[in-house]
Amino acid sequence: MAAGISRAWGWFRGNRWVQTALSPPTYLSLAFLTLGGFVAGVIFWGGFNTALEITNTEKFCTSCHEMEANVFEELKGTVHFTNRSGVRATCPDCHVPHEWTNKIARKMQASKEVWGHIFGSIDTREKFLALRKHLAEREWERMKANDSLECRNCHSSESMDLAKQNPRAASAHEQFLFTGQRTCIDCHKGIAHRLPDMSGVPGWQ
Amino acid sequence: MKRSVFAALISIGPCLAAGAIFAQDAPRLRGPEPFTKETPAPPMQRQVTDDVRVRRNYPDQPPVIPHSIEGYAMDLNANKCMSCHARKFTDQSQAPMISVTHYQDRDGNTLGGLAPRRYVCVACHVPQTTARPLVENVFTDMDELAEPERQPERGRH
Repeated sequence: MAAGISRAWGWFRGNRWVQTALSPPTYLSLAFLTLGGFVAGVIFWGGFNTALEITNTEKFCTSCHEMEANVFEELKGTVHFTNRSGVRATCPDCHVPHEWTNKIARKMQASKEVWGHIFGSIDTREKFLALRKHLAEREWERMKANDSLECRNCHSSESMDLAKQNPRAASAHEQFLFTGQRTCIDCHKGIAHRLPDMSGVPGWQ
Repeated sequence: MKRSVFAALISIGPCLAAGAIFAQDAPRLRGPEPFTKETPAPPMQRQVTDDVRVRRNYPDQPPVIPHSIEGYAMDLNANKCMSCHARKFTDQSQAPMISVTHYQDRDGNTLGGLAPRRYVCVACHVPQTTARPLVENVFTDMDELAEPERQPERGRH
């Protein structure tokens, strides 16, 4: 074991590229290296985040016809797309966490969707409908696990004025939401897209 | 030949005239403009959401819905109404349970749950708006006919 580690270390230090990387620069100035490193860092980091933000737009999401023809079309009739005040939610508002670490984690999971697009797992309406329950369950599970974080980015329970709500809504929120017994997605399923077959889902007949 | 043509004309005349006369008397739900002219649609009415139960006009009347049902799922996959009005959810929702008649199929057999023929709630139960009626409502409650002196003041129809 120890001999193996020492042999691996010896190979590592003996590698020509590693030796170059670890030896001090002969021709380049310290200022060039530090400032150049700084500028390159800004470019790489900025470029990465810019690319990330481009994938975080509705235009990007609906550039795939799977999204454009199914879920985006269904969203259009709902209150999250058209309403009296004209404030609306776009795809990433609900489906991508806003906080950076979680966003990256979600983006990595979403690479599966690229795979699905390339291999056409839901490239027809029939295929989409057949998989809809599975897809919906994944989203419900994700939102339940993070306590409906994406809902709460806009709908804060602290700012809810129960007096302005319908009495039924107010009592339900008081009983279930404020006590932490339930989270938004437990009751508000299918508010932005059509529902899959709901038999067996808790709270549905 | 000439006589039959004349008879035909004579008999068509009153029909045409009657059509014109009755057409003027028919209630014009779409307003005074002729149907050939496209008129702007009236604005959508807001649904009544006061949650106050509305009296039925006759015992068999399907009760009307005193809350908004905007965006409620009602298709093959999901029935949002049943999330509150199904028997097993009425304790937490405090909503009225669907009537026992809704458990029976058309042969009168009682089933374990909502009968398929009763699945589409909005076929009979509808939300209300405060829209002005398009035609005058001359409906009279049967109690009002039988015991006119014992009738309380009517609220919303």
